[in-house]
Amino acid sequence: MENNLRKIIIDGEEIGVNPAMTILQACEYIDKEIPRFCYHERLSIAGNCRMCLVEVVGGPPKPMASCALQVKDLRPGPNGEPPTIKTNSKMVKKAREGVMEFLLINHPLDCPICDQGGECDLQDQALAYGVDFSRYIEPKRAVMDLDLGPLVETHMTRCISCTRCVRFITEVAGMPEMGQIGRGENSEITSYLGRTLESELQGNIIDLCPVGALTSKPYAFTARPWELSKTNSIDLMDALGSNIRIDSKGKNIMRIIPRNHDGINEEWLSDKSRYIWDGLNKQRLDIPYVRDNSGRLKPCSWNEAFDLITHKFNKSPNILALAGDLINIETLFSAKELVSSLGGRTECRIADTCIPPNDRGLYAGTVPIAEINNSEIIFIIGSNPRIEAPVLNARIRNSWLRGTEVNLVGEKSDLTYDYNHMGTSLSELDKIIKSKTRLFANKRILIILGQGIFSRNDGYEALEVVKKFKESLKAELISLHVAASRVGAMDLNFVSDPGYSSSIEWSDIILNIGMDEYDLPEDKFVIYQGSHGDRGANRADVILPSCAFSEESGIYVNTEGRPQISLKACEKIGEARENWAIIRALSEKLNCTLKYDNLIQLREKLFLEHPNLSSLDEVKKNNWINSFMYSKECLKFDLKNIWRDHYLTNPIARSSTIMAELSKNKQKK
Amino acid sequence: MLRRIDKDQPETFAFTKSNLSWAKKQISKYPKDRQQSAVIPLLYRAQEQEGWISKPAIEFIAKMLKMAPIRVYEVASFYFMFHLSPVGKKAHIQVCGTTPCMLRGSEKLIEICKQKISKNQKEPCSKGNLSWEEVECIGACSNSPVVQIGSDYYEDLSEESFSNLLDNLIEGHPEPGSQKKRFSSEPEGFLNSTKVKIEENKNASVRLFLETSIRKKTKKLMSER
Repeated sequence: MENNLRKIIIDGEEIGVNPAMTILQACEYIDKEIPRFCYHERLSIAGNCRMCLVEVVGGPPKPMASCALQVKDLRPGPNGEPPTIKTNSKMVKKAREGVMEFLLINHPLDCPICDQGGECDLQDQALAYGVDFSRYIEPKRAVMDLDLGPLVETHMTRCISCTRCVRFITEVAGMPEMGQIGRGENSEITSYLGRTLESELQGNIIDLCPVGALTSKPYAFTARPWELSKTNSIDLMDALGSNIRIDSKGKNIMRIIPRNHDGINEEWLSDKSRYIWDGLNKQRLDIPYVRDNSGRLKPCSWNEAFDLITHKFNKSPNILALAGDLINIETLFSAKELVSSLGGRTECRIADTCIPPNDRGLYAGTVPIAEINNSEIIFIIGSNPRIEAPVLNARIRNSWLRGTEVNLVGEKSDLTYDYNHMGTSLSELDKIIKSKTRLFANKRILIILGQGIFSRNDGYEALEVVKKFKESLKAELISLHVAASRVGAMDLNFVSDPGYSSSIEWSDIILNIGMDEYDLPEDKFVIYQGSHGDRGANRADVILPSCAFSEESGIYVNTEGRPQISLKACEKIGEARENWAIIRALSEKLNCTLKYDNLIQLREKLFLEHPNLSSLDEVKKNNWINSFMYSKECLKFDLKNIWRDHYLTNPIARSSTIMAELSKNKQKK
Repeated sequence: MLRRIDKDQPETFAFTKSNLSWAKKQISKYPKDRQQSAVIPLLYRAQEQEGWISKPAIEFIAKMLKMAPIRVYEVASFYFMFHLSPVGKKAHIQVCGTTPCMLRGSEKLIEICKQKISKNQKEPCSKGNLSWEEVECIGACSNSPVVQIGSDYYEDLSEESFSNLLDNLIEGHPEPGSQKKRFSSEPEGFLNSTKVKIEENKNASVRLFLETSIRKKTKKLMSER
């Protein structure tokens, strides 16, 4: 490898770099900061802002854009010396100042009323390269604002035409709906004939915009970046576990933005995850309720609620704990400890979802998500990743752009890239298994297994088909769940042997921890522990108000089996308590006190019993259990995707007005 | 000035049969994954057919080349040669206003346009037959002042000949080339710096016009429809 490196001198420092690198990357490699607007490492190179100019000694007698010049294109000196780059010479400074002056000529001086203020690239770089006066006396350019929909606010006069948004929407989101029309000074960034954006990833263009031209509509004029407290958290809107940062002011969450995690979300975030925050303050359960004799829910104290539960439990002790979609590991762990010591059952496979317990290679997959980038052939089975995990879909698209072949078995839908639709039933897989084709030999094949299989009535048998398929192709497998807590719950073995339906039938008391998606039978005593007044609370006999994910720290295991920790971003509401603490308090009332008094002790015990959860942010290699025989029956049925309207799939989303608007817009189209 | 697509748009667009086969031939000139490069010839042919580029035309071409409509719109809005709003049905007159033509009287031609066609550029006259615009140098400076109509140059214009030209345009299709009977850009009246004898009395582009005159094109169009 050493021989392949090219020697260059940057500001007197000699380094060896990969010749395919650009000068900008080479400079970053030795921590020389190059200012830039249009360059973004995850987008194609445009080279149109000219801010990254450097001096190439012995090269052309003009400054060169370092983002678009590769090291291999540099000429050595007359006596074979390595090429020399200067990033801080007089020429460079003057050139960059000139570029900055041009950029500022038509840029309005409205920083005091601009949402980007404080985190604006133009502001920051003007500090280094700007001048404190203007030589421009002519009228400034003004541009009409666009209506891009309910998420992205535009102030197009501020636009510096870096085209990052255009490139993102075209390349990453795969929805070419933005462009730059006109030419020269009069060119404008616009959507096609003023249409609104339809991508599920459009919120990212706000982060990409280096100036305040594209800002967040729901966040508009509500806060300044320097007054926000920033908390690292994990997104729960899909099972991907995207890394997010929750920005809050006082007790209110002001916005959610993505954190970079190359293994999961790169630096993107889906709109659903980004704009969910207004749902966290609406429809909240802030005091306990019990249902009185007339059938109405009436507010009560925690003790009254617990007394009623104890009373019921002493009469009929068959208790079943159900795990919802957004529940952290600690809660599930304590609930399982409590319920099993009371002789009850636990279940996380809501509505008889078919997930075989202890088969981690299947339910968490055999490879991490990042493996999508390295595969040559992808089979998507029973899933629409575009709505079930938009960020994952962007990764598949990225792989597709570089030549990966994508096949889909299941419902046809627009995935933003071309794919080969093999069919709608598992018989297509069976055919490949039976044909023993050599077509896929020596190829890196990846199967993305969706809810279309897990949610089937004959799911266990259908899974055997997929397993056999995986084995015969020597493929790797990723299971794409939609519930953020599902893999974690499976890791804790939060299941009952007889399964969901028979356990419900068996039970007298149901401890429903945040499960709002399916109805529960009328004749059971239902305790709902959750944060939002949704379907679950509606059908509850006792309501125990708990924290939303933003108000407590918790560990979540994402769809690839990666445990990640989310921190507490803001204070709890009303009398709501942390989820695990409610279980702990309940355990005391039921005379079965759990042996921990705080989260640290709880986690100690959790890690002791489940050591794989303690290695945070690591994806373990999972064992594969070989497949069994399957009957022909299961090959007949068509695979169905689980979500129609992905904007309203959990209680937080259903409480959010932004999600309601997005869902409405989607239905109109 | 940023040109935006016209507010009033036709319902549909489709290439005529001959244009469609021409367009397909253009596309086949490019390698398989580079066929979007045919966007400019296709746009220009659409403009030749309809006079301007409409939204349905953009979308038609986008579909033909498997591009996003915005990509086609970007190209159409970038080049001033593409008209994004209707022009005169008979002719759109592009008056060269750059220095050599201006020195030789293009400003007067523009005055005539304003009087005879319409006050503003790119605005069809009341009957909708003619429209005009001032363009940058069209590269025929030695025959200035020049106007371009479609693919034809009308050169060596005077106020009078230009005025006649406008009248004749409505009736038929006047012959392009020098309006002072010059062959091409040789010195006027006599040849003192070249010994080349001009044997033909029409230059190649005029002959081409006569061979494939617009009238013939129109007839062809009519028969196709």
